[in-house]
Amino acid sequence: MTDFRTPLSRVRGLGAAREGTGHFWYQRVTAAANIPLILFFVGLIIALSDASFADVRATLANPFITVLLVLAVISVTYHMKLGMQMIIEDYVHDEFLKIVSLMLNIFYTLIVGAVCIFALLKIAFGG
Amino acid sequence: MSKSAATRPRPLSPHLFIYKPIPTMVMSIVHRITGASLYFGILLVAAWLLAAATSEAWFNTVSAIYGSWLGLLVLFGFTWSLVHHMLGGVRHFVMDLGLGLDKHFSTKVAALMPVVSIALTVLLWVVGFMARGA
Repeated sequence: MTDFRTPLSRVRGLGAAREGTGHFWYQRVTAAANIPLILFFVGLIIALSDASFADVRATLANPFITVLLVLAVISVTYHMKLGMQMIIEDYVHDEFLKIVSLMLNIFYTLIVGAVCIFALLKIAFGG
Repeated sequence: MSKSAATRPRPLSPHLFIYKPIPTMVMSIVHRITGASLYFGILLVAAWLLAAATSEAWFNTVSAIYGSWLGLLVLFGFTWSLVHHMLGGVRHFVMDLGLGLDKHFSTKVAALMPVVSIALTVLLWVVGFMARGA
């Protein structure tokens, strides 16, 4: 297929990794989202600290609370993925070990996110 | 005969340990460490949510573990990591805007970080225990 874009326009603002400032930007976006979402979570945990099983489930099943917590899980786990990726890229110099670590980082953060969201939805839908 | 350039160890730029630790540098490292501990600490949240979604027996087991003195100690550390990392994040946002970068001011702010984060963590736990009593 013919590409009518000039080579310069294709790389402009992207750099060698083809994502430009994407990592930096999403780190900041998720960080900004995390602040209100985590403050809400901390307040919720304080309120639920001596609540019974039934009370905890009833509270977590509130649609408003479920949605906020699911959003928190998405934002936090993506922020975790970006942060640990940066740590791995800084300290793991062996190429094979680095690639394995980067892969495990993605698996771990996705699994943690999936487990939390599944648990929240199961409670919300009364299962 | 001197070694050839290819086999002689290449010079490295001086790394962290050669410098005297200063507040801004230490807080940068602590930001990473707290981030990494939160990365694994979230497993505590996942286990709690999963237990609440599973059964009352599991929920009570997890609650008992978290309520033990060791559990509370770990949760206190988790809370401090969270508070410190969030304060650090806010500080980074301010620095991203190009504010507060003056040498003496940024050092003072960095030195205040552990004081503020520990005070806020203690405050959160005091509020938490007061909420239990109410």
